Amino acid sequence: MLQLNDIYKVFNEGTPDEKVAIDEISLDVKKGDFITIIGSNGAGKSTLFNIIAGKMFPDMGGVVINEQDVTGLPEYKRARRIGRVFQDPMAGTSPTLTIEENLAIAYSRVKPRTLRPGVTAKRRTFFKEQLETLGLGLEDRLRAKVGLLSGGERQALSLLMATFTKPDLLLLDEHTAALDPSRAALITRLTKEIVEREQLTTIMITHNMQQAVDLGNRILMMDKGQIIFEEEGARKKHLTVSDLLNEFGKMKGTELSDRTLLGG
Amino acid sequence: MWMSIFTSVEVGLMFALMALGVYLSFRILDFPDLTVDGSFVTGAAVAAIMLVNGANPLIAVTAAFAAGFIAGVITGLLHTVGGINPLLSGILMMIALYSINLRIMDAPNVSLLTQTHLFTWIREGIGGTWAIMGVMVAVVLIVKVMLDFFLKTEFGLALRAVGDNHLMITSFSGNIHFYKVFGLGLSNALVALAGALVAQYSGFADVNAGIGMIVIGLASVIIGEAIFGKKTIIRTTLAVIVGAIIYRIIVALALRVEFLETGDLKLITAIIVILALVLPKAIAKQKETMRKRQRRLRLSAQKG
Ligand SMILES: Nc1ncnc2c1ncn2[C@@H]1O[C@H](COP(=O)(O)OP(=O)(O)OP(=O)(O)O)[C@@H](O)[C@H]1O
Ligand SMILES: [Mg+2]
Repeated sequence: MLQLNDIYKVFNEGTPDEKVAIDEISLDVKKGDFITIIGSNGAGKSTLFNIIAGKMFPDMGGVVINEQDVTGLPEYKRARRIGRVFQDPMAGTSPTLTIEENLAIAYSRVKPRTLRPGVTAKRRTFFKEQLETLGLGLEDRLRAKVGLLSGGERQALSLLMATFTKPDLLLLDEHTAALDPSRAALITRLTKEIVEREQLTTIMITHNMQQAVDLGNRILMMDKGQIIFEEEGARKKHLTVSDLLNEFGKMKGTELSDRTLLGG
Repeated sequence: MWMSIFTSVEVGLMFALMALGVYLSFRILDFPDLTVDGSFVTGAAVAAIMLVNGANPLIAVTAAFAAGFIAGVITGLLHTVGGINPLLSGILMMIALYSINLRIMDAPNVSLLTQTHLFTWIREGIGGTWAIMGVMVAVVLIVKVMLDFFLKTEFGLALRAVGDNHLMITSFSGNIHFYKVFGLGLSNALVALAGALVAQYSGFADVNAGIGMIVIGLASVIIGEAIFGKKTIIRTTLAVIVGAIIYRIIVALALRVEFLETGDLKLITAIIVILALVLPKAIAKQKETMRKRQRRLRLSAQKG
């Protein structure tokens, strides 16, 4: 469904600040995969997402989505098929627009935007149904401005907006990291439910090793722009956090604490 | 006195169209667009030159609208394709338009006193004291309703999100460059439309008529918002229109003060904007202090 072929990305090339962010990564994501990615700060995880989404372009290598080479396609064009949720709960919604207007923007991502009303009676019913699945009572606040919602509510809304048009690919970049533990647990549960229900092909970056182990059918560990460990299927299922820590230590040939991977 | 307020409302309705344009760029797109000083005159110049050459007033006004749209689009392209920052894009376009406007008019000033135009039509066709007022109210209301509708369409919602959270709208397949260019086009089209109407109303187009126009537009937006708030789009566009009228009335009243002269107008405008920006905050703060003081008094009374 998604192929990354020898992706290479370097920042500030030829200056003292030169930084190879992605060092020849290849990856084949199959339809229905749910991949979790872990790795220390600066490993290149977000950069990899930006390259998949088209926010940045690789210096070498290609990106193929559904058999189509999209390497040079700008972000807004790829966005018809890619849903994203960011770490910052403020990033995924428009604060001065109402809940239903935000949903309308997400709803019309898949086709050219017209001069027809964004919110119609029919759509409003649909939005209500969708909001009910979150179980946060947002369905009764359709006309409230999103800027008034709490971080957790906004992130739940972002998640819904990113997924309810059933994108071919869902990218989640530490989307629970900015929330308190109970809200994070809620968003994690909703993520699991939605991905299973809609059978979305998903890649999720997380610093929470437990989350990485619990969710998904594949796991990748990244370090210094490379994938240094990979597991899938039955073996992934039986993986534990301490297995991961061991793996990481072996690869690096050093003793590592949970802290390092968790990013301090 | 009555007469000057009456004309203030008439003129205010024309300037309301300009203020709606400024509202689009400043508030909806979050783009401080200074093109306005130039595009207002562009509208006046295009309409005037066409009228002098015998064009139908409706066609002249439509052409002014289109010319403003093009000016805004160029500012948008300077910013999006050229990568120039918003303020500078607008200033560059404003300066460029000064020369272009002179070229269009072929003179610093074009008189329309002997021409047939929109308002001679209205005066002769409908007649009566209220004719122009009535037509202007209708025109402004139609523009307002269309704008309200537009800003709630799929397209319009995306436009609003561009000014609000451009990361978000990009991730929902909105091309922010396109929306900015279009939004600035529409904004300056409205400004040019106002320029075309004001020129016909006052009987001349002047190349310097646009100086400080952006501040007048901002004054209208800020006064309107300060009085009516900005809860919904429908309410805010109404606020902007009323703000433009109130601004005209304030200016008319100020000019009746003995020691003030026409030349003081820009200073008065600047002071109005400053007051409209500072007063609401000061009042809110004052209210808060009062609340706190009363609460403390109540608490100490309970204790004592
Ligand atoms: N736009 C940029 N310009 C220069 N350097 C960048 C840029 N974006 C990322 N980098 C660098 O590339 C490296 C990889 O960054 P990236 O954000 O992908 O890491 P990450 O794995 O997401 O880390 P974290 O866990 O902290 O989010 C870092 O060293 C970062 O400083
Ligand atoms: Mg990151």
